[in-house]
Amino acid sequence: MLLLTCPCCGVSAEETEFAPGGEAHLRRFGPGSSDREFESYMFQRKNPRGVHFERWRHAYGCGKWFLAARCTTTLEVFATYPAQTPEPSAELIAKIREKRPDWEGTQ
Amino acid sequence: MKRYSAFAIAREAFRQHSGWQRAWASPEPRDAYEVVIVGAGGHGLATAYYLGKRYGITNVAVIEKGWLGGGNTGRNTTIIRSNYLQDPSAAIYEKSRALYETLSQELNYNIMFSPRGVMMLAQTEHEKRGYLRTERANALQGVETRFIQPAEVRRLVPIINIHGPRYPVLGALWQERAGTARHDAVAWGYARACSAMGMHIIEQCAVKGVESADGAVTAVNTTKGRIACSKLGIVVAGHSGALADMAGFRLPVESVALQALVSEPIKPCMDVVVMANTVHGYMSQSDKGEMVIGGGADGFNNYTQRGSWHHIEETVRALVETFPMISRLKMLRQWGGIVDMTGDRSPIISKTPLGGCFINCGWGTGGFKAIPGSGWAMAELVAKGEPGPLAAEFALARFREGRFIDESVAAGVAH
Repeated sequence: MLLLTCPCCGVSAEETEFAPGGEAHLRRFGPGSSDREFESYMFQRKNPRGVHFERWRHAYGCGKWFLAARCTTTLEVFATYPAQTPEPSAELIAKIREKRPDWEGTQ
Repeated sequence: MKRYSAFAIAREAFRQHSGWQRAWASPEPRDAYEVVIVGAGGHGLATAYYLGKRYGITNVAVIEKGWLGGGNTGRNTTIIRSNYLQDPSAAIYEKSRALYETLSQELNYNIMFSPRGVMMLAQTEHEKRGYLRTERANALQGVETRFIQPAEVRRLVPIINIHGPRYPVLGALWQERAGTARHDAVAWGYARACSAMGMHIIEQCAVKGVESADGAVTAVNTTKGRIACSKLGIVVAGHSGALADMAGFRLPVESVALQALVSEPIKPCMDVVVMANTVHGYMSQSDKGEMVIGGGADGFNNYTQRGSWHHIEETVRALVETFPMISRLKMLRQWGGIVDMTGDRSPIISKTPLGGCFINCGWGTGGFKAIPGSGWAMAELVAKGEPGPLAAEFALARFREGRFIDESVAAGVAH
């Protein structure tokens, strides 16, 4: 069972209280973009074996969206942070590197 | 390869079974092959088999990180059906089902195909209308299905509760020629046939990187050394994203865990496969007597080969209403597999941005039923370099061009 802490209301709960929302920090493309850019935004995903940045919603709690950094092979949650964060902070990346020295980074 | 036959059993009975051969060889890899297939699951082995059988290409290695058939081939609920709505899906799944019918004879290996019939319950008016539409579509596609009334459902499945309080059974889409097969045996049978054609099946050999020159693949680097190849087929289901990353492209795929479970074995009580898609569960009885139950997938990316407990709880809770007698059964085993879900929930059999590199993935929650047809179509793509009629619609480019094959029900279940 995955345990998450909502950064908005501070509640820690099991995954059944949250709704997953897929990969975070996607670059959005809309009208006027090329087909390739739109495809990358709509469909193409990193789908990493390891560190994954993702969106969650505290569906059965405060209802707010937030972001999480999580390992997809161990389910370890490195941190949860506000949805208004455009990219993972340097501190978060340093924290993940400490636990996953082999991690190739966000690219 | 010695053929299996009644005569062979009698002969071995007289010499303490000392004459049986290994079903497939375990050679060390050569430096180079014409074709390297990554992934010795059902789809990878079927691809290799049809490469040899239909196109005469036998200079082939099938390399596997773990053990043969140890991924989703050995983790599914063994259901075979082809009652899909969209034409491209119906074509490839029906091809697959038809190949399954004679696969035991063709491979000289008993895959225990059991055409016991698959029933998809309609438990809301909306679902009933949907299945009536699928029945008409299937008639046009040449797939034999029929919408049956509750009384016939009851006759075929005596243990079912037709008058459930929330979800009464209003009828069902019935495919009589669908059924189940022994999942491991499908992989083993193909492996034995590939080995007999001189192909190399190399287990415990993980791919670490893909080499290319001038935009075309030249070799794969593995834990057993560098293996040169002029064509590469990636057939690794849940780990497709990782392999695509090595080959330098990205896929419209996310990997999630899908679970199944079996009950303790009981006496025969249900001789068809029943899928209840509104309540999100499906059930059949194995030859050993276990009730085999499958349900929903996790909603988040997951490579752990185990799922969340609450999915089991939800699936079983829903099925208990339709099958009240299972409420007293004990669960014997539960397991998970990593399934590769695409944006439109339909598979990908396609060329890739890397020359000579082909990918077969995205079967999501419904790959087992497709093994022979998928291998058939993938072998044609690898051999000719261009997709044949079965694979053409499943190209990667469909996501950019907006030509989705929108089943969104890869297992007939709304994942």
